Amino acid sequence: MMQGTQDWQPSASLDMLRLRARLLVRVRRFFAQRAVLEVETPALSAAATPAPHLDSFAVDYRGPHASASGRLYLHTSPEFPMKRLLASGSGSIYQLCRVFRDGEAGARHNPEFTLLEWYRVGFDLEQLIDEVERLLRSVLAGVREVPVATHYRYRDVFRHYAGVDGLLADADELRACLEQRGHRPPEGMSAADVDAWRDLVLTHIIEPQLTGLVFVTDYPASQAALARIVATTPPVAARFECYFDGVELANGFHELSDAAEQRRRFERENAAREAAGRAPLPLDERLLEALAKGLPECSGVALGFDRLLLCATAAKHLEEVLAFGIQRA
Amino acid sequence: MAIYNTSEFRGGLKVMLDGDPCAIIENEFVKPGKGQAFNRVKLRNLKSGRVIERTFKSGESLEGADVIDTDMQYLYTDGEFWHFMVPETFEQVAADAAAVGDNVKWLKEQDICVMTLYNGVPLAVTPPNHVILAVTETDPGVRGDTSGGGGKPATLETGAVVRVPLFINIGDLLKVDTRSGEYVSRAKE
Repeated sequence: MMQGTQDWQPSASLDMLRLRARLLVRVRRFFAQRAVLEVETPALSAAATPAPHLDSFAVDYRGPHASASGRLYLHTSPEFPMKRLLASGSGSIYQLCRVFRDGEAGARHNPEFTLLEWYRVGFDLEQLIDEVERLLRSVLAGVREVPVATHYRYRDVFRHYAGVDGLLADADELRACLEQRGHRPPEGMSAADVDAWRDLVLTHIIEPQLTGLVFVTDYPASQAALARIVATTPPVAARFECYFDGVELANGFHELSDAAEQRRRFERENAAREAAGRAPLPLDERLLEALAKGLPECSGVALGFDRLLLCATAAKHLEEVLAFGIQRA
Repeated sequence: MAIYNTSEFRGGLKVMLDGDPCAIIENEFVKPGKGQAFNRVKLRNLKSGRVIERTFKSGESLEGADVIDTDMQYLYTDGEFWHFMVPETFEQVAADAAAVGDNVKWLKEQDICVMTLYNGVPLAVTPPNHVILAVTETDPGVRGDTSGGGGKPATLETGAVVRVPLFINIGDLLKVDTRSGEYVSRAKE
């Protein structure tokens, strides 16, 4: 890392910035050809996502229309206002925007990054997965070969790469799986928090083995976030993740449209925050009203545009694809 | 001692792990988009020299280790301890065999080494990257062969054995790279 007098310069090469601009043009062309409307929604919101593993930046606003606290949150994704547009009859929409996540920095994380998020009215998850693959082929044409996609259910990607059932294995089995492969889990991991154990196996054992284009579907219901739950045995979330050479590139949902269920999930997440000694967050009542009014049947996906550039090139660190990474911000 | 959390972990930071002082080599942040954040950390145990990998939940912390590196001159050994001195203050410390470790074979009197002190006690000694040592034992030199091809073993005044070119003779001074243990060139003193 360059220090001192050199760090005013970009962390990405100018060639990389030109490629970045070219791929942005291609993304917009892809959606223009499909008559998907580009939208922009506020980065600042009075509400914040209570999602357990996302930390919103809070900022102070003092101008007209300020709330009593003056507190606003930078969005971690544009999902909530985009769903309000969908409920207002926008039809299919996409957005390219900077989003903000506190505490996240590393080779594949930067506290602010560019998200490509889109919603397709009338699409089920299969159709959206297909469109993600088409987008990658279109945007990366002539830049990077996109291999034929491999599809796994969550439980099967665990079985295949880690030898455990991702849905049924308990904390003890997941711990044994990690220890067999020489990974010592952190101290103080609760056996009740099976999702944390699943995340350890996923990040330490499975992701490093993934190559090419991989779609994972049928997530544990406990990891549904804003996806519908399918009442199979065991139940699964109508959610997918797209990996490119082991890099988690996109996350999609068959969108939950049940306002009451959404409120229950938000409240459960806020309760979990409080139990962990963190402050609860103001819920997005406008989103809940929009869902109550009626979200059209739709699927949506968020794709990390900076990570797409990692996959498109030989870059190993997000700094190499951002004009200025967090260390030079 | 200071407490460091995972977001402060960076290469070179000295921390306590399982009661031993360690140096962080690498800190990788991993987090599924909707999942929990972890830090996969590579550390070197400064006592054993072994590299270990450990995963922490992001936000966890470790106590800093009172480990400092300081330049010291090697004076002599009494057979049990190796004695070093801070040239400016004449302050002396005695390092035991565990602290000196394999590097004992590069220690030449008067050379300036890096002494790693843990709680003020010698933990490890790092010799200079290059040392100049006399050959005490080797097969007779082959005159005229300056190709260096093939080579032969030579024992140096400190006991180290290195591969040298065929033309090297007993009494020659050699420049040796202590990191690789390889012959670099002949030297004049």
